[in-house]
Amino acid sequence: MPKVIKVENLSKAYQLGDFGTGTISRDLERFWAKMRGKEDPFLKIGEVNDRTKKGESDIVWSLKDLNFEIEQGDAVGIIGRNGAGKSTLLKILSRVTSPTSGSVKIKGRIASLLEVGTGFHPELSGRENIYLNGAILGMRKSEIKRKFDEIVDFAGVERYIDTPVKRYSSGMYVRLAFGVAAHLESEILVVDEVLSVGDAEFQKKCLGKMEDISKGEGRTVLFVSHNMGAIEVFCSRILLMHQGRITHDSRNVVSSIKQYLNGVKNEGNIKWKNDGNSYLNDYFIPDELFLMVDNQPSDSIFNRIENVKLCINGDVKQINPLLQIGIAVYDYNDNLIFWSFNTDNIVGELEPLPMGKTQLSLDLPIKLLNEGTYTIALGVSLFQIEWICEPNQSAPLLKLEIHGGYITSPYWTARRPGIIAPLLTWTHK
Amino acid sequence: MNKPAEEDWDIAITPKNNLLNLQLKDVWQYRDLLVLLVRRDFVSFYKQTILGPIWFFVQPIITILIYNLVFNNLANIGTDKIPGPIFYLAGTIIWNYFADCLTKTSTVFRDNSAMLGKVYFPRLIMPLSIILSNLIRFSVQFLLFILLLLIYYFKGYAIAPNLYLLLFPFLIILIAALGLGFGMIISAVTTKYRDLTFVVTFGVPLLMYTTTVIYPLSAAITKYPAYSWLIKFNPVTAVIESFRYGFLGKGTFSWQLLGYSSIVTLFILLAGIIIFNKVEKTFVDTV
Repeated sequence: MPKVIKVENLSKAYQLGDFGTGTISRDLERFWAKMRGKEDPFLKIGEVNDRTKKGESDIVWSLKDLNFEIEQGDAVGIIGRNGAGKSTLLKILSRVTSPTSGSVKIKGRIASLLEVGTGFHPELSGRENIYLNGAILGMRKSEIKRKFDEIVDFAGVERYIDTPVKRYSSGMYVRLAFGVAAHLESEILVVDEVLSVGDAEFQKKCLGKMEDISKGEGRTVLFVSHNMGAIEVFCSRILLMHQGRITHDSRNVVSSIKQYLNGVKNEGNIKWKNDGNSYLNDYFIPDELFLMVDNQPSDSIFNRIENVKLCINGDVKQINPLLQIGIAVYDYNDNLIFWSFNTDNIVGELEPLPMGKTQLSLDLPIKLLNEGTYTIALGVSLFQIEWICEPNQSAPLLKLEIHGGYITSPYWTARRPGIIAPLLTWTHK
Repeated sequence: MNKPAEEDWDIAITPKNNLLNLQLKDVWQYRDLLVLLVRRDFVSFYKQTILGPIWFFVQPIITILIYNLVFNNLANIGTDKIPGPIFYLAGTIIWNYFADCLTKTSTVFRDNSAMLGKVYFPRLIMPLSIILSNLIRFSVQFLLFILLLLIYYFKGYAIAPNLYLLLFPFLIILIAALGLGFGMIISAVTTKYRDLTFVVTFGVPLLMYTTTVIYPLSAAITKYPAYSWLIKFNPVTAVIESFRYGFLGKGTFSWQLLGYSSIVTLFILLAGIIIFNKVEKTFVDTV
């Protein structure tokens, strides 16, 4: 495939802080250095962009020495934490700002969608805004005219088309705006996190349209998102960014996403152990959480064929029939998969947990789960009275990664679509 | 794979611009946007009003009535023996066009930073659209001027339109270029430090008194010969005087003065283009 984007030694520095009386002297100094043909004195002392640490200078490299090439038809997902430089990169690619050094070369028309509804004028009608917004995004008037009906249809706002957009609901506004953008005809499309708006039905529509663009029409797409599900669906290649650099560039989308998420979720681990001062209360103090495979302690990556047991060690401080101990399992998009509590299966009378140290254990339904990374969060509560430890609020966490071993059939070896991947029994007569 | 054709890139993004390259080809590509932006300014101006576009007339009419009352009747400054209203209208519409171009262009980056920070189009489109939408406003007011001119003409006032009115298109280009040039310089300079915007806010209305909007140049020369250089120094003066001379037959016309204005305008426009080009690539980071 021919290359359509070539990025060479791309760097971008930003000045932090406020501009005012104090910065003019430095500007003059920089100007003087440039006039004498010297290197910019303030760019030399720039440091890596780590937003959590206080730096020495107030020049920061948002991007540092990026080099990559993108081929025609690539659907590239750019992932990374907040402040990793993703949006800066997109801004440079879409020519909103220019790099401090280095260069980007592009073949073909590039259209960018860094925000939905850029340039919409609230006083103008939907019709007028379609034309205006289309032109801002680089469409010719004739092109917009040709696609006008399609856009209105896509957005589903036909009845309101001659009403000023300030009277639109925010959802309609976004629909119309994305409708315009989705009908751009450029060889390269750059999309920032813009799909996280609108209702579920519309999001589905947007994702479908994005898929058409990247897969059906074979256009080159660069896509920034924190929605790993969407990245996984559209993208054929991942650029992982960290502190202004590309740390990972791979066509193995699923494993790249996993790598990123493993880096991010460092709070969860193979084994959780109470440091002695946490989760103190009068009912149940959790001590340890760990996973076992065939009664052996294990790390956190499992094949679906393994029998995985979760053990919860803790100290019961008070005999209380309302005490419930359980777990919540989340997938890597933090969707809750299920809850389970020790009180779920009562045989006969409800017997409260005895005082003192105790171990609870359960078999995890690994065979039900799809490939991916899961988080197990401890939940402890007094039934219908209060949470002692709420699963989605800084509860003890364990990370669990399920990999491979889905189905015995050779027809399907990769990750299955869908949230769960149960192995069901089929019969025929 | 490595065919030479692969090195045929359409767009190259680099840290710096060629200073004099305005990328007019790019601007031409986006000409529909220019038209739509002008339309947006025009339409949104009178949205939700009852009088609609009539508001374009109200402002100059009230202005010239006040000017006539204050400067002609109370202060007795004189109008070269032309009826007051048409004398002031001639000066006002030219000056307003210049002042509007200048003040609007000078804040163009800041007013549109949300849009400019999210999407690329040739930045020059923005100031150009201001020049054009103000030109529409000017044309509407110019119609008012012509109407008033005809009324006075047929009433038999001493108004003598002459061949110099053929200079009109040139005068408009001159005044637009001057407003654009100054505006671009100020807009570029104020992206990082906004001090100059304050100067524009109070300076532009004051600047009107240093040109011949409310008095004829001849009166200034006879009354204050020592300061008349200041008035001639203002490049707008020659435009207003030539405009009056062409349409009304009175005023001071000199090729010399007009030549001076043209040279200043050219210089300001060039400086504007260079400075604008220098900041247009990165102003979103500092605005």
